[in-house]
Amino acid sequence: MKKQNKKICTIIALIILFILVYFAQNRLDAYKIRILNLGAIYVTLGVSLNLIYGFTGQFSLGHAGFMAIGAYVTALLVLPPYYKEASFILEPLIWPFTVIHAPFIVALLLSGLITALAGFLIGLPVLRLKGDYLGIATLGFAEIIRIIANNLPHITNGALGIKGIPEFTNLWWTVGVAVVTIYIIKGLINSSYGRALMSIRENEIAAEAVGINLTYHKVMSFTISAFFAGVGGGLFACLLTTIDPKAFMFVMTFNILAVVVLGGLGSITGTVIAAFLYNFFLEYLRPIEAGFNLGPIHFPPIPGLRMVSFSVLLLVLILYKQRGLMGGVEFTWEGFFRFISRIFSNKKTTEGSAS
Amino acid sequence: MTINLLLQNIANGLSLGSLYSLIAIGYTMVYGILRLINFAHGEIFMLAPYFLYFGVLIFHLPWWASAIVAIGLTAFTGMLSERIAYKPLRDAPRISALISAIGVSFFLQNLSIVVFSGIPKSVHRPAFFTKIFQFGEIRIQSTLFASIGVSIIFLSLLIYIIYQTKTGLAMRAISRDIETSRLMGVGVNRAISVTFIIGSALAAVGGILWSLRFPQIVPTMGIIPGLKAFIAAVVGGIGSIPGAMLGGFILGMSEILFVTFFPAMSGYRDAFVFFILIIILLLKPDGILGTKVQEKV
Amino acid sequence: MEILNIDNITIQFGGLTAVKNFELKLQSGELVGLIGPNGAGKTTIFNMITGIYAPSVNRIYFQNTDITGMKPDKIAKLGIARTFQNVRLMENLTVIDNVMIGFHLHLQSSIASAIFKFSGYVQEEESIYQKSTELLEKVDLERCKLEKAGSLPYGQQRKLEIVRALATEPKLLLLDEPAAGMNPQETKELMGFIQRIRDDFNLTIILIEHDMKVVMGICERIIVLNYGLTIAEGNPKEIQHNPEVIKAYLGVEAQYA
Repeated sequence: MKKQNKKICTIIALIILFILVYFAQNRLDAYKIRILNLGAIYVTLGVSLNLIYGFTGQFSLGHAGFMAIGAYVTALLVLPPYYKEASFILEPLIWPFTVIHAPFIVALLLSGLITALAGFLIGLPVLRLKGDYLGIATLGFAEIIRIIANNLPHITNGALGIKGIPEFTNLWWTVGVAVVTIYIIKGLINSSYGRALMSIRENEIAAEAVGINLTYHKVMSFTISAFFAGVGGGLFACLLTTIDPKAFMFVMTFNILAVVVLGGLGSITGTVIAAFLYNFFLEYLRPIEAGFNLGPIHFPPIPGLRMVSFSVLLLVLILYKQRGLMGGVEFTWEGFFRFISRIFSNKKTTEGSAS
Repeated sequence: MTINLLLQNIANGLSLGSLYSLIAIGYTMVYGILRLINFAHGEIFMLAPYFLYFGVLIFHLPWWASAIVAIGLTAFTGMLSERIAYKPLRDAPRISALISAIGVSFFLQNLSIVVFSGIPKSVHRPAFFTKIFQFGEIRIQSTLFASIGVSIIFLSLLIYIIYQTKTGLAMRAISRDIETSRLMGVGVNRAISVTFIIGSALAAVGGILWSLRFPQIVPTMGIIPGLKAFIAAVVGGIGSIPGAMLGGFILGMSEILFVTFFPAMSGYRDAFVFFILIIILLLKPDGILGTKVQEKV
Repeated sequence: MEILNIDNITIQFGGLTAVKNFELKLQSGELVGLIGPNGAGKTTIFNMITGIYAPSVNRIYFQNTDITGMKPDKIAKLGIARTFQNVRLMENLTVIDNVMIGFHLHLQSSIASAIFKFSGYVQEEESIYQKSTELLEKVDLERCKLEKAGSLPYGQQRKLEIVRALATEPKLLLLDEPAAGMNPQETKELMGFIQRIRDDFNLTIILIEHDMKVVMGICERIIVLNYGLTIAEGNPKEIQHNPEVIKAYLGVEAQYA
């Protein structure tokens, strides 16, 4: 297929997406919009984790920590100063956080940049580690970030967290950021730099032997990954309107990791699909524990049942789809049209045999 | 600070360390054999005090009998979790097994919330364990002796099994090379099951001792001790049993002493633990007693 | 012109001396063979030249630059490329990607222009693609350029690895048992190929090989190692008649030959 045609297909798809977002934002109820928002934020987070883990092969368990940085930066920037003054009860907020105030877009960008800086500083020493050890060290850093947030009441309001964050996040933002994230990370992957990253994943010794600077490329990938995790954290803060250190425990990282692995490591398409499915299931299993009536039988509310069924679902999925939904395969327009034409030709042959 | 206070805290650190050691061994054994971080191990640890609680409350067993039953049931659960959730993934990418392990962890934790309810429960403690010994100005609860004593007994038993029995030999062989061991006729599945049974039983002992120290139990109580014991295993050198024991004591000790020396920073107690972990990983990536594995070029 | 000067290096692992007092002065354009029984220290010498290990004693100079203890990627940038005894390809990447990755160290474009596909980058990428395709044509691999590298037969994987090394545009090429796993026909082609690339790309080549037909057939100079020590050096004729070599190495081979 020609490059030109692919571009046209992509533009048409984006227009359709635009229309869908328009209708979703205006027609759907708040609950459904919220689930879609979460799904789209998970796309951003998942794709960024896929960059460092799926494509570069560096096992990182630090995403919750990066999200935390992004979330706090955004929260402190978008909250109006008078409001901050009123809500910091434990300890008064310190300068300059008392006076700074920025529009949402600036806040998101700054969240990304500051998180990227943190990613750079953490990545430089720890990316020397390999495999599980790297995972453990990044997990350690994420926990340290969370504990610091818990212990700096004059910046983060400590364990109480920050409340009343303006609800700026809507589908335009979440889907828009997700599209930009995919565009940039796909652009990186499909370039000579992306090849270098994947070579590091495939065989570090060979990559180094063909002149790839391991530290430079790993840290670059880690920093970009952190950037988007920070932006995702900012979106998250303005969706939930409340953040506290507990929101960024290891479970958060695990959710993102599960999305990436269930979607298929090294497949952006898989991450996108898994991000939405994951959140749909997480939310739509809620009625199970809220108690429900099945005909005349009444099931009482049982707290915890939602997560029990969710974990069973997760286990079944990983046991039967060991390489994830997409197994590393990526969506392409060629593949899409091949798929479509196969459906049609199948139909024809079945019709033919029927007559 | 008085020397007495210091001694008191060292005793505390030893006792906490012995608990971490008991839990850390399960992590290290499983990792040594399957290269899997068994994230569900903290939940296995949590189950034991619950079994104990219900044994005493519902079945009116004496405390010691209930403890034995609890250890048995916990060990069985550990083995079952491997059979159901890890065994089918033995040839899958390692990350899939990790996701599965976290899935098991979620499952056990939330199932406990459903079955035992999320409200904290108070475990019965026999009078013996609440006794307090007075040495001059140092006051030491008898659980402290119990946890150190029991740990030493079980750790010696473990070392005997690993180094003196045929099953132990099989376990050591598998941790070197699972494929070759299979070809040499080692019963791989059986040895892995035994590994999970032993690891889970030790975690159960740790859990019961933990409940003597902190009698309030909740279904989420396994997360933090589990994570710390795992860190202990990594610090000591994951895959090495003496390493896990050493790591447990280092961690317990440094945690307590950190709070002793910097009481104002007690909120950073867990951060300090992670800090130690990162420093050790950077200086000696394979842990203190771990063996270095270098890729041959 | 002298391209490589290995000055009496020694390397020890723990108490074990893997290579002792190894000396080699290489003129530009030479094709030198490095032979010896398993464990003689041949690959260790390659690992020291390419920066995977640093010698414990003395230094290595490449074009009069001291490269001792430099990182492998720096050394690759200076112009030394290699293949590995146990083929190391990016197995899940395509054949063409495996070659294109070799050109990465010469890439001029920034990350930003690569992500957003600025015209400068697009041109560079296209020229890399062209050059890679041409390289693949030389070894008849161009028709399977979109297959996964790991799915190729072993012999072709070895060829691909050589092509990847060529893509880094080296001056010195180190080949570690290139003929291993090839059938006689492939081996014959390989010999011609090695000579051809030396001439076409102005290469200097060091070759480790167990197949004596290859070594005796194309190398002008041969160095024989045994237990980390150089026991002989000379042209193929001299080596074949050297009693030390026959005793240590060829003696065994000759019985089978």
